[in-house]
Amino acid sequence: MYKLLACCSMASGISLQPKMVQASLGVQKQGNGHCTNVPRNVNLEKLQNNYLFPEISKRELQHLDKYPSAKVISLGIGDTTEPIPEKISLSMANYAHALSTAEGYRGYGAEQGNQVLRKAIAETFYKNVLIRDQEVFVSDGSQCDISRLQLLLGSKVTIAVQDPSFPAYIDSSVIIGQAGDFQDKTGKYQNIVYMQCGPENNFFPDLTTTPRTDIIFFCSPNNPTGHAATRKQLQQLVEFARDNGSIIIFDSAYAAYITDDSPKSIFEIPGAKEVAIEISSFSKFAGFTGVRLGWTVVPEELLFSSGFPVINDFNRIVCTCFNGASNIAQAGGLACLSSEGFQRNRTTECLLENSQAICSVIDYYKENTKILVNTFASLGLKAYGGVNAPYVWVHFPGLKSWNVFSEILEKTHIITVPGSGFGPGGAEYIRVSAFGQRERIMEASWRLEKLISNEKALFNSVENKE
Amino acid sequence: MSLMSNLSTSMISSSSSAFLAPTSFNSSRSQSVSVPVKSIKICKCVATPQEQQQTAYKTKVSRNSNIAKLQAGYLFPEVARRRAAHLLKYPNAQVISLGIGDTTEPIPDVITSAMAKRSQALSTLEGYSGYGAEQGEKALRVALASTFYSNLGIEEDDIFVSDGAKCDISRLQVVFGSNVTMAVQDPSYPAYVDSSVIMGQTGQFQKDVEKYANIEYMRCTPENGFFPNLSTVAKTDIIFFCSPNNPTGAAATREQLTRLVQFAKDNGSIIVYDSAYAIYMSDDNPRSIFEIPGAKEVAIETASFSKYAGFTGVRLGWTIVPKQLLFSDGFPVAKDFNRIVCTCFNGASNIAQAGGLACLSPEGLEAMQEVIGFYKENTKIIVETFNSLGFKVYGGKNAPYVWVHFPGRNSWDVFSEILEKTHIVTTPGSGFGPGGEGFIRVSAFGHRENVLEACRRFKQLYN
Repeated sequence: MYKLLACCSMASGISLQPKMVQASLGVQKQGNGHCTNVPRNVNLEKLQNNYLFPEISKRELQHLDKYPSAKVISLGIGDTTEPIPEKISLSMANYAHALSTAEGYRGYGAEQGNQVLRKAIAETFYKNVLIRDQEVFVSDGSQCDISRLQLLLGSKVTIAVQDPSFPAYIDSSVIIGQAGDFQDKTGKYQNIVYMQCGPENNFFPDLTTTPRTDIIFFCSPNNPTGHAATRKQLQQLVEFARDNGSIIIFDSAYAAYITDDSPKSIFEIPGAKEVAIEISSFSKFAGFTGVRLGWTVVPEELLFSSGFPVINDFNRIVCTCFNGASNIAQAGGLACLSSEGFQRNRTTECLLENSQAICSVIDYYKENTKILVNTFASLGLKAYGGVNAPYVWVHFPGLKSWNVFSEILEKTHIITVPGSGFGPGGAEYIRVSAFGQRERIMEASWRLEKLISNEKALFNSVENKE
Repeated sequence: MSLMSNLSTSMISSSSSAFLAPTSFNSSRSQSVSVPVKSIKICKCVATPQEQQQTAYKTKVSRNSNIAKLQAGYLFPEVARRRAAHLLKYPNAQVISLGIGDTTEPIPDVITSAMAKRSQALSTLEGYSGYGAEQGEKALRVALASTFYSNLGIEEDDIFVSDGAKCDISRLQVVFGSNVTMAVQDPSYPAYVDSSVIMGQTGQFQKDVEKYANIEYMRCTPENGFFPNLSTVAKTDIIFFCSPNNPTGAAATREQLTRLVQFAKDNGSIIVYDSAYAIYMSDDNPRSIFEIPGAKEVAIETASFSKYAGFTGVRLGWTIVPKQLLFSDGFPVAKDFNRIVCTCFNGASNIAQAGGLACLSPEGLEAMQEVIGFYKENTKIIVETFNSLGFKVYGGKNAPYVWVHFPGRNSWDVFSEILEKTHIVTTPGSGFGPGGEGFIRVSAFGHRENVLEACRRFKQLYN
């Protein structure tokens, strides 16, 4: 009665592709075991593999088992590595201590987030685009917000994603029942529109050939490609959404990494408030990957086809399916932004102490990114991104990304992320993340140089076409 | 009515808390509060389309019809709305909140010190940690297993740490999907029904019976000892069961839970057992569903640090999905739950988890018991008050809630009367389902002097 679900979707032949991991819980159903009569959710059956990043972790562990003394360097999962600035963690510590006092104790907070923090977010990031405090919903991070937005939208909407894209958009869509069946042939879910983004179209989809969908997920600066959409591109996107009556979900998690003139928020584009929701996170600019804090902006002007405000329903979801971000994390968030504001001008000069400290951490990761970009460039490989995001998107023409991933891991003990994990548009690419301590980035560069120059033939091979 | 004022009304959250910053909006449960005067009106948040100007741009995205089924705002923000409106009316009133079950006593030092320590460690090279395991930090999972489930065969990898039971309930609903049927106690914690509606498991709300079509409501009353008559309960895929119960305070006996497990086994159902108040148990009733033999094959258990450690704002809980729990095709439920946890969640805050671990140290457990003892004493005082006034009073022994019967009366009316005449916020029983009509839930969280003052006022009103 126990079906084995071996889904090896990505391609035939080479078994380095991720397979549906069987009960890592180690339980085989015994003959006498009781099965409930509850049917498994068919939507979850449609998922092809494990979520991408736990799969990467699994590979890392397997590798460590094989080579226990290897000095593995992780440029895979975009996990921040540098300590949080002291003033910020001190704020959190003080807040924690205060919870032991009568004056400082706080119970349930507003599900939408602490009012002062919401105001600080609105003023710091959206001052010139007039986003109101009450349009900001504080959360425990973007991954959770994406799913809450899917709960809001329900199973009957259609979505478009960039291809490649952060896997949570697609996976959450499948889970909620929007996506239809997976098609082995194309590597795509039937009902999802995949908007190809590659060097050939400057990593911005050709909207003239993109079918209409209700929802458009758009991430800029992009994970995994690192491309930051230009003002002109985003204007096109907003116009496209407007013409089609679509809602853009704009992921600005990496906005702090922008070094050029690219817009940091979709709301910089006129008319965006009537067509867009923006999600963002403290993870990558404050090192809050473990602390858990983010936010979503739902403008009051954004209306469903009936005229009903989207914000009302999002608020209902937030009040019913969530109970607010941790108050300690929120205290930390407030410290990041500080009452004087997180001011940053175009020359990246930071004006205030707390934000200065954050800016230097971001600059540190940016320097890492530069080093990696240079490394790949010097090896004659086309490396994209890396200018406005902490990711480098490296092209290995003609090669299968999981193979390249494994080759790199095996030969240099470096973890990366295979591009096809982000969608069929990521085939032939590897994402290298720039989070890490400087020495390790340098060491990784050195190892990669050695590997790729020694095995030029292998890495420039055209035999293993995907 | 302008869009903005409408929205500011509907946006009032269940509580208003603030950081210590002097400029922040301060709210205290024991003193009169000034609410910023926006154009707040008393407005029931109903799920009907707002009127828009003709020229307002509308997208072509249809509203989720499931959310449209919801009748009003979630219960507790609704209660908070009433409270805020009352404060506007009586700005000098000393409002006492025995409504939302919000903890009030400070968290013991041993626990907050651990959180402060972890916070500061995040500023050091050795102490910094980024993404944690989505299922929770191993040490905490191990401690939870050994503290609450030793000898029950629940292992650390059956335990998923979360940011609280409310979020877990929704994640479980996402696992189950829209094609399952569910049963709830009536009355029950509103998140079970509301999340079910949102997920698309239910039909429309039927005003005449105050129930959603497709949900099986298991009536729990004084007459049946607050345990449903299972012989009259229709078979459903999922059964939500909370013990000690919110709102009735009833704690199911071993015998009752054995019957429940058998019922689930016979029907092939999955019990989602909410044990958020288990630590308030005074009697010798099971604290975990897994104390019942066979439960591992039919039950999931959800729990929370909220009411144990005052973590209502800190956000920490856990859910147990035993390996033995299988879908009809033999697929382990835990595998799907794990997939949801990895995809729709990114772990509880590492600082909160450090606090959780400290809670489970011998010192932490002792400190928690002290605070819980304090709330239990509050509960006793409230029970005695209503008893002395001649009311039929339920609960209060195994849970921090007192369930007071007002026979023949509309519970929102009683709620309003109490609020108007004594400035005490309670929770109307019908907010928990039609089975709650005629009852008021009085929560026992509060500073002692507030609880005593509230009881004085009750005595004045009802004598």
